[in-house]
Amino acid sequence: MLSANLSAIFYLISGVLFILALRGLSSPETSRQGNFFGILGMIIAITVTFLSIGNFSTGFVVVLIFLLIGGLIGAFIAYKIPMTAMPELVAGFHSLVGLAAVFVAIAAFLNPEAFNLGSPGNIKLGSLIEMSIGAAVGAITFSGSIIAFLKLQGIMSGSPITFKGQHPLNALILISIIVLTYLLCSTQSSNLFWILLAVSFLIGFLLIIPIGGADMPVVISMLNSYSGWAAAGIGFTLENTALIITGALVGSSGAILSYIMCKGMNRSFFNVILGGFGATEESSSSQNKEQRPVKSGNADDAAFLMKNASSVIIVPGYGMAVAQAQHALREMVDTLKKNDIKVSYAIHPVAGRMPGHMNVLLAEANVPYDEVFELEEINNDFANADVAFVIGANDVTNPIAKTDPQSPIYGMPVLDVEKCKSVLFVKRSLSPGYAGIDNDLFYKENTLMLFADAKKMTEDITKNL
Amino acid sequence: MEIDPFIFRLSIFILSIFIGYYVVWSVTPSLHTPLMSVTNAISSVIIVGAIIAGLAGNSDTIFSTSSIFGFLAISLAAINIFGGFLVTQRMLAMYKKKKKDK
Repeated sequence: MLSANLSAIFYLISGVLFILALRGLSSPETSRQGNFFGILGMIIAITVTFLSIGNFSTGFVVVLIFLLIGGLIGAFIAYKIPMTAMPELVAGFHSLVGLAAVFVAIAAFLNPEAFNLGSPGNIKLGSLIEMSIGAAVGAITFSGSIIAFLKLQGIMSGSPITFKGQHPLNALILISIIVLTYLLCSTQSSNLFWILLAVSFLIGFLLIIPIGGADMPVVISMLNSYSGWAAAGIGFTLENTALIITGALVGSSGAILSYIMCKGMNRSFFNVILGGFGATEESSSSQNKEQRPVKSGNADDAAFLMKNASSVIIVPGYGMAVAQAQHALREMVDTLKKNDIKVSYAIHPVAGRMPGHMNVLLAEANVPYDEVFELEEINNDFANADVAFVIGANDVTNPIAKTDPQSPIYGMPVLDVEKCKSVLFVKRSLSPGYAGIDNDLFYKENTLMLFADAKKMTEDITKNL
Repeated sequence: MEIDPFIFRLSIFILSIFIGYYVVWSVTPSLHTPLMSVTNAISSVIIVGAIIAGLAGNSDTIFSTSSIFGFLAISLAAINIFGGFLVTQRMLAMYKKKKKDK
């Protein structure tokens, strides 16, 4: 059996290894080593827990069996999941962290002696508060992530679900959570504990349903943050340093990602959270819909334009992921490069359904990461490029964000695609993007619309090159 | 007067938030997806709590309600740990630099 002090030191080491795991992600070269540190930290934490309990009887076998079952399922998912489904996977994983936090809190509430927290009905006040916070945040993470998962999977419609009195209702429930926690701490009643959990599950559900499909990058980041805070809450209950450090790391990581995503859309965090975006704008845009001429072309025209270019910038978006066009795209780029055409990729911060989504897809298609650039790095290059190839992106290229203060996306940083000599826009139809507004780029003199499925069009262009 | 150990834990917590803040800002945007999957994996260190709950009973009470919740939490966290780290590894293995040879 390990002494409490020694195991605390090991937990600290494991916490430090987790910090190094995140630190490694500062560049792709060090990232694999970082992941290894993370795995090492986890092995240390689990081993130390077993050693400090020192119970290797039948219970130990049962624990190992459950560990193995979960591990096999996890490993299976990790190997099977297509990269395009990464947002769903991460949302699903968040829900599991949330639920695990809830279960640990329940176990601790039912059997506080095992955790050194007092006896049932007489749990230490501090621990009870920490436990309630961990359980409530965990429950919110769980049900919120389930909704996010269903929306991303397309099982549930991505359009926001709003109803009258939504915000007052949510506020009321949030207040009731605080009141319930207070009552729970003063009475130690197990009924109140269950009600608190039920209400927290409910609010997690209600908080996410009004948020639209394309706001998912913010939602996923936010739930990432929540899962961290839930872990930290449980960490305080268990008096476990590794868990407290990790919870804080994950909590701030998710918060920063949410901030970056909100900034990428020029919207405040509260604006996203309160939801309903995209539903209200549609009506206004359909009113002033005049028919404007567009130039449309086929794969042959596109291939001709690109063949005569000396530099091409590719702007991928969520549509590329939907059409699974990343491999076809890379083949097209390979052909272009053979013709000595310089190709780079421009990624908008909110392209895709989660932070960094496009980068992973391009990496999957063997695109070297030093050809892929962020908005600030590449935006000045559009003016010098011959062709911009927009594939599956829309709102993030809309110049109206720079010119029209009335527009819902006004002020959002956009890629200066229109500055290119010519723009090729692969899209299935002229329909507006998620923000529900028309894209002026469609009607520009130098824009050629390619109406087709992204994958098919890219393949056809490659054939014509 | 002695300081409540809670204060120490709170200090660790607050300082870790700052560490997290600076470390995460230094993560390159192209690795934001692996960042999310790895944070997912490490936050499943909550499994230590689940193990404590699962091992709390003696031989007669292995399957008390509290332990069962512990066992379930072990499986949930294990899905995340294995799934999270492996999928991160899978993603990171795909990030390659441009080949120098022409």
